Amino acid sequence: MKRLHLERLANPQLLALVGVLLINWLLFPNFFRISWQDGRLFGSVIDVINRGAPVAILAIGMTGVIATKGVDLSVGAIMAVCGAVAATMVVAGYPTPVAVIAALGVGLACGLWNGFLVAVLDIQPIIATLVLMVAGRGIAQLITEGSIVTFNDPTLIFIGTGSFLGLPMAAVIALVLMILVTLLVRRTAIGLFVQAIGVNRAAASLAGIHSRMLLILVYGLSGFCAAVAGIVVAADIRGADANNSGLWLELDAILAVVIGGTSLLGGKFSVPLAVVGALIIQAMNTGILVSGFPPEFNLVVKAGMIILILLIQSPLAGQLFGRRAIVTKAASK
Amino acid sequence: MADTDYVLEARGIIKIFGNHTALDAVDFGLKAGEVHALLGENGAGKSTLIKILTGAYQPDGGAVLVDGKAVTLDNPLHAQTHGIGTVYQEVNLLPNRSVAENLFLGHQPTRFGLVDYRKMEKDARVLLKRYGLNLDPSSELGSHSVAVQQIVAIARAVQLSGKVLILDEPTASLDKNEVDRLFEVIGDLKRSGLAIIFITHFLDQVFAVSDRVTVLRNGRLIDTRQLDSLSRTDVVRLMLGKDIAFSGSTDLEPANSASEVLLDFKGYGRKKSVLPFDLTIHKGEVIGVAGLLGSGRTEMARIMFGADPADEGTVEVNGKASAIRNTTDAIRHGFGFCPEDRKAEGILGDLSVRENIIIALQGKLGWFKALNRDEQMEIAGKFGEAMDIRAASLDMPVKLLSGGNQQKVILSRWLATDPAFLILDEPTRGIDVGAHAEIVRTINRLRDEGMAMVVISSELDEVVAYSSRIVVMRDRQVIAELRGKNINPGIIVQAIASNPDEALA
Repeated sequence: MKRLHLERLANPQLLALVGVLLINWLLFPNFFRISWQDGRLFGSVIDVINRGAPVAILAIGMTGVIATKGVDLSVGAIMAVCGAVAATMVVAGYPTPVAVIAALGVGLACGLWNGFLVAVLDIQPIIATLVLMVAGRGIAQLITEGSIVTFNDPTLIFIGTGSFLGLPMAAVIALVLMILVTLLVRRTAIGLFVQAIGVNRAAASLAGIHSRMLLILVYGLSGFCAAVAGIVVAADIRGADANNSGLWLELDAILAVVIGGTSLLGGKFSVPLAVVGALIIQAMNTGILVSGFPPEFNLVVKAGMIILILLIQSPLAGQLFGRRAIVTKAASK
Repeated sequence: MADTDYVLEARGIIKIFGNHTALDAVDFGLKAGEVHALLGENGAGKSTLIKILTGAYQPDGGAVLVDGKAVTLDNPLHAQTHGIGTVYQEVNLLPNRSVAENLFLGHQPTRFGLVDYRKMEKDARVLLKRYGLNLDPSSELGSHSVAVQQIVAIARAVQLSGKVLILDEPTASLDKNEVDRLFEVIGDLKRSGLAIIFITHFLDQVFAVSDRVTVLRNGRLIDTRQLDSLSRTDVVRLMLGKDIAFSGSTDLEPANSASEVLLDFKGYGRKKSVLPFDLTIHKGEVIGVAGLLGSGRTEMARIMFGADPADEGTVEVNGKASAIRNTTDAIRHGFGFCPEDRKAEGILGDLSVRENIIIALQGKLGWFKALNRDEQMEIAGKFGEAMDIRAASLDMPVKLLSGGNQQKVILSRWLATDPAFLILDEPTRGIDVGAHAEIVRTINRLRDEGMAMVVISSELDEVVAYSSRIVVMRDRQVIAELRGKNINPGIIVQAIASNPDEALA
């Protein structure tokens, strides 16, 4: 049992995360310094966890979608819609829980709509979710009436900037969501069924799996996660920005899932590793920022790192590092 | 040296995948001007050997020799420069480009740096004539029959390599006339001194064109023999290492009228698919379904299983009126279905053998009663053993198994759900003789245990051997039900070919 756990820890994603963090430390010696202030932790590492939370939350939902051989391009736009819903409702005087539940409900509905297009109308996922990716921002602008809606509701702000046991609230939410979703897919047969659909939907249906229903739910979960991320981001800046909230984050989320080892061709997936993927991305962003590189370098360095990480995961690297690696991988499957 | 007459030779080839030895010191010699059949069950190592001879795989031991000289073949392109060309079962050409382009792709005749289409088409015409093809080289390749495309692929391979031609199941998707045509081409090429390796599942075809035969079994070389010294039984014995006997029984066991009725389909049908049919199925009965391709056999199976639900008629299960609107309904009533297209609709290629076996049972149990790993291993192990599935490990991806073993996995998947009624669509198509026999044995065993089955098959001998009754289909309807004594394949053929108005008893 112990050996198994060690083997699991030695996966390329965690190694990559450790590597990126070490590079950050070399560039910025104070990187691992953590201080306690006002009942919460502060420091660059905490910052990575806090800033990485929205993409991590998106990646949790995106993992399921990608495991079914799909993709959800609309999550960034859904973030904007849900942030707008929460903000305008709070401003209009609704109680905070009502506003949050409404925003989550809207996100879920957006996701179910995507699922309907994919599972019932058989539209290719990339096109089906493109609809909301484009329309979503328009809807968000309609809700905010074109302006940035700011609010001062303390409960809502707490979701974005508060802390729990010293940890940033956003990170706590991401962690709880990750644990819940992981338990949901691993302790039930849902994970296996999602994989089966991703590998061969026709065969899965003939084997008696409700592939249509599962697909709709998987997209629904992705929309729900986007709503959570949208609320967190809006609460963080105390306002809903229809134009910029979650902009391009769908791409970061897809990247996080892929770094986490889930193939775009569907099949095997891991929710925790997708979250690690999101942390790797954020660690790179933060590292470049704190190390004092000019921000222009940011995207280029990031691209280089990503190529490196994906290369480490590729079968070719496995061959270069010897047969053992492949054998272990095959054995652990 | 005695073996210099080999154009292409493999000596002591070893190939290991993980901890599975795919080829164990296999020798193989190919002479100029011969057609050499390579035989073996699926999983015997034929494809692996071919992939090594064409440079797609590198051997872990042994040597490949071309004209007596050891060579290292880096990849299929490199093998081509050594004169080795391959034509696969599925034509690997570009259907939306012209015949001429397909023939010369990659080395088109050029003029001033541009492709000289006129010369290319002229050359193509001359080349095609040699193969007895008189067609317009500028026409799209995809507009021609598979046989023509196959010959174009051969022409291209011979043109590019010219010493050794490897034909990997070239006849799998051809009809009788097309096969004859292909064999003429093979005969001509052989006479022109080409060395040809021929891989097929059809023994008739082996005897029709081959000079020598090499048999592999479980990764080992069994023997290389001159074919004219062998009988068909000899070849089968070499392949299996044992005698198999299909009983030529011609008396159909009539439905034991004492046994209970399990299913009663009345006026069951689906618009634009299958005309309404009546079918009563008793426990312990195998209903054979015969008919040509496209006669509605598969459609009938899908309707019964709810994959394409019926839109008219009724069904009674155990005497109770039931509705089967989708596959889940069917499975709840104890149905199982092994589809015809194993790869597209049967296996979950990237998932493990274990997951492939338990998936239907898990589907039946639902989302929240998950089988844990130990339970999965136990179930998969039990059925894997009962069906003699040959897999290095239950955790290996099912796509790495041979076709016959994949079929056994799918059968195990349904047996794990403890079904009352199984629908098998072409369960023995495209699988090796050993797995074939195993599946036929399983059908007989399940029938004796009281399971009801519908088995669709094109192999009429086989249908006659295990069926209790035979339903004959044509033009999307059931046209006859055969039962009683003295049923043989001839009678089925007669029924299929009979005048539609004549009723058959």
